[in-house]
Amino acid sequence: MEANIAVPTEERGKWDGGGPKPFNASYGKMMMWFFILSDALTFSGFLAAYGLTRFKFINSWPIADEVFTHVPFVHGDFPMIYVAIMTFILIFSSVTMVLAVDAGHQMKKSKVTWYMFATIIGGIIFVGSQAWEWNTFINGTYGAVKTTEGKVLQFVKDGKQISLADFVTAPRTDGRIQHTRKNGLWFEGEGTIPNYSVAQVLQSYNANPDIQVRTEFIDLDKKQKTILSREAGALRLANVKTVVEGANLQANEYGNTSFSDFFFFITGFHGFHVVSGIIINIIIFFNVILGTYEKRGNYEMVEKVGLYWHFVDLVWVFVFTFFYLV
Amino acid sequence: MAHAHESNTKRIWIVFGILSIITLVEVYLGIIKPEALHLSGPGTSWLNWIFIILTLAKAYGIAWVFMHLEGENKWFRRSIVWSGVFLVSYLVTLLLIEGGYVFDTLSPLVRW
Repeated sequence: MEANIAVPTEERGKWDGGGPKPFNASYGKMMMWFFILSDALTFSGFLAAYGLTRFKFINSWPIADEVFTHVPFVHGDFPMIYVAIMTFILIFSSVTMVLAVDAGHQMKKSKVTWYMFATIIGGIIFVGSQAWEWNTFINGTYGAVKTTEGKVLQFVKDGKQISLADFVTAPRTDGRIQHTRKNGLWFEGEGTIPNYSVAQVLQSYNANPDIQVRTEFIDLDKKQKTILSREAGALRLANVKTVVEGANLQANEYGNTSFSDFFFFITGFHGFHVVSGIIINIIIFFNVILGTYEKRGNYEMVEKVGLYWHFVDLVWVFVFTFFYLV
Repeated sequence: MAHAHESNTKRIWIVFGILSIITLVEVYLGIIKPEALHLSGPGTSWLNWIFIILTLAKAYGIAWVFMHLEGENKWFRRSIVWSGVFLVSYLVTLLLIEGGYVFDTLSPLVRW
């Protein structure tokens, strides 16, 4: 075969039909890049589907900075701050990764070791933050009610959202208690039941004249959710079927259910990538310590896992924009 | 392939600085949401355009410097970047048009 291919030897190192370095890159690196390309297409499929759904419900989609407002150990309303911190952590761990690659080019084993270590720590902190964010999202903040049509109604006082716990004072009258395997019917447990019953919420709404109902509908001129008058709110509340606290795949107090579905799916898939990146980084980290690459004479393996790690960061940049900012 | 084995540390930190500044600007704009930018703009708001452009700038910085695309063989780079950019913009364009159409069709039927 070789003899039949009229490629001068100097031209090798481009796409040359099976040389050890097509495109002047080793096969391992080239395939890592093509894997990253295909993975990028997967992620863009998710984000584009998110975009479609959001466009479909453009006048009622939850407003992200009203959803993600929490920072650990601090009380109060801080939209975006925590996600921004997470973004910094991930970008910084990308920097230590690229420094590890750089040190690898110079064959400095101890430097590579320490930079890899810092990268792994950064990744673990990021995943931990992500878990905290999920926990906050799942537990919810305010609580809301859902109508028979599937619309979520929230409660506001003086234009600010107020949690059910802050105004529902009427006693619970439906006698409902959590079924567990121990006391439930036929030894079956059940999903967590809300802290308040619908009747309780309605009664408290009627008893508090300064509470208003806010619908999902966005006034596109002001880009704010609509707040109903007391009478219109009472009319809407007549159709309420359930109380929603927090978020899961069936319902969420923030509004459209698809919002929480996409949140769990996209950030979850990204988090899965971060976790696998950490595991791969740890393996390579130990190989560096054992001197595998020192013996091999190059640290290209560090470069390859570095590509994967940067890709995880790259995806987060887009998730950050399209989930939290736009 | 980085043939040159001299250290690029300084450049890495500069790029980190740029990425950080872009993120800070994004977060700042996202929190204050200036009305002039937030409530008007072509297609979507000006603010969203700013976010998208800054995001692409960040992606460029990460891919070119951190992932070292700038040092790869020209056609290797193109095989990755052109394929990705073409397919993603194709998909996004179609799905967003479709989403807008579904909204136009369904929203008159929704009673708020």
